[in-house]
Amino acid sequence: MSTQVTEKSDEKEEAESTEQSPGERRREEKAKRQQEKEAETPELIDEADETVELKIFRFDPEVPDKEEPRFDSFTVPYFEGMTVLDGLIYSRDNYDSSLTFRHSCRQAVCGSDALLINGTQRLACKTQMVDLEWPIRVEPLPHQDVVKDLVVDMEHFYEQMNAVEPYFDPDELPEEDREEQKQRPENREKIKLSTRCIWCGACMSSCNVAAGDNEYLGPAAINKAYRFAMDEREGGDKKEDRLRILEQEHGVWRCQTQFSCTEVCPKDIPLTEHIQELKREAVKSNLKFW
Amino acid sequence: MSSTYDRGTVENFGRWREFSAGMWAWVLHKFTGWILIGYLFTHIAVLSTATGVDQAMVEANEDIYTNTLQDLEELVIVRFLEIGLLSVAVFHILNGIRLLMVDLGVGLESQDKSFYGSLALTAVIAVASIPTFLGGVF
Ligand code: HEM
Ligand code: SF4
Ligand code: FES
Repeated sequence: MSTQVTEKSDEKEEAESTEQSPGERRREEKAKRQQEKEAETPELIDEADETVELKIFRFDPEVPDKEEPRFDSFTVPYFEGMTVLDGLIYSRDNYDSSLTFRHSCRQAVCGSDALLINGTQRLACKTQMVDLEWPIRVEPLPHQDVVKDLVVDMEHFYEQMNAVEPYFDPDELPEEDREEQKQRPENREKIKLSTRCIWCGACMSSCNVAAGDNEYLGPAAINKAYRFAMDEREGGDKKEDRLRILEQEHGVWRCQTQFSCTEVCPKDIPLTEHIQELKREAVKSNLKFW
Repeated sequence: MSSTYDRGTVENFGRWREFSAGMWAWVLHKFTGWILIGYLFTHIAVLSTATGVDQAMVEANEDIYTNTLQDLEELVIVRFLEIGLLSVAVFHILNGIRLLMVDLGVGLESQDKSFYGSLALTAVIAVASIPTFLGGVF
């Protein structure tokens, strides 16, 4: 929250100090930044103008008290620009250190904090509290087993992702050693959105079909297949192979075009569109007029 | 991590308030499709058992078929059900066309608008049909 302020004071510092060694200077800056941060970020709830209530799903099979799933309410101070992840971190640091959830990058890149927030799959770090109705309800992703609190078992999701063999297998490699493999800009444009997946699992969790059919590849895996199938550098045989995987019973044909995945994808990947295109691709590769 | 908690399938229905346009379209399409099938079979069952072959009765407009239809049309509930049937059929056809467009990859960005459009057009047609279906009932 105080990043910008710190950056500004950094610049000032650099201009002023001349005699210190770089290490000293850095340590001093760090201490200063720490102080500033402490002053900037009131930890006390009564210093905030507003507070927001978080209702958080709790479950832990190893703690007798938490064996029965329940919701805990935490009141956290609200500051402008605050995300749901900030609220979760505050709750964990100030109320209950056993509150468990995944997060890492805090900037919608690592894909580890997809949660069910107010009934919709969203990345906690990308969801502004102002955009939500309060109190905010935070639950683990539906249709995955809950391991503890907000942590779900992602193993099955990763299995499906790997089931479409997400790697290149080109027919021919560039002749010269270390020569790059070129792709036309138009082709890059075509697969651009599909490459943005961060493996968060929001789409799979939102999908009604995936909920009913555990073997369904799911939107993310199909999108991953699209990323390679539509890439002109991919080899013909591999493309065939991958289409075979996609047109199986639990492949693209399971999609009922409900658009739930497209709706929740934090990277705005047009998932349904990609699935539909692969359906047509599968039909085309099987149609023979003889 | 010895055991995991599976929240079951019931949770889906509990979240209907958060359904998006595409999800509602899917639910309604299934629903209307099966209503139409149900109607089709009832329709065949009723009409195929209401045929009489007595020529004299037919000429006097007193045969079973005519009687059955007249009796049915006299019931107010049937008139209302007819409006319902029309709405269900119209929505299914309009949304069916929308789904065909989605299958062809046409206008996927406006799939929600075409769903709302189908609903609106269905409502308009249902309202417009009221004079026809309810004429002379009250
Ligand atoms: C012009 C008229 C119609 C059009 C354009 C149409 C279109 C469609 C389409 C595209 C689907 C597939 C939906 C999907 O992709 O999942 C469908 C499903 C279905 N339709 Fe129709 N339909 C029409 C008339 C009818 C009629 C007259 C009936 C019944 C007698 C009917 C019963 C059904 C049923 C039962 C389903 C399957 C629903 C399910 O998925 O469980 N449809 N329709
Ligand atoms: S497709 Fe979108 S919602 Fe699905 S895993 Fe990738 S980033 Fe997440
Ligand atoms: S913390 Fe990395 S995506 Fe949210």
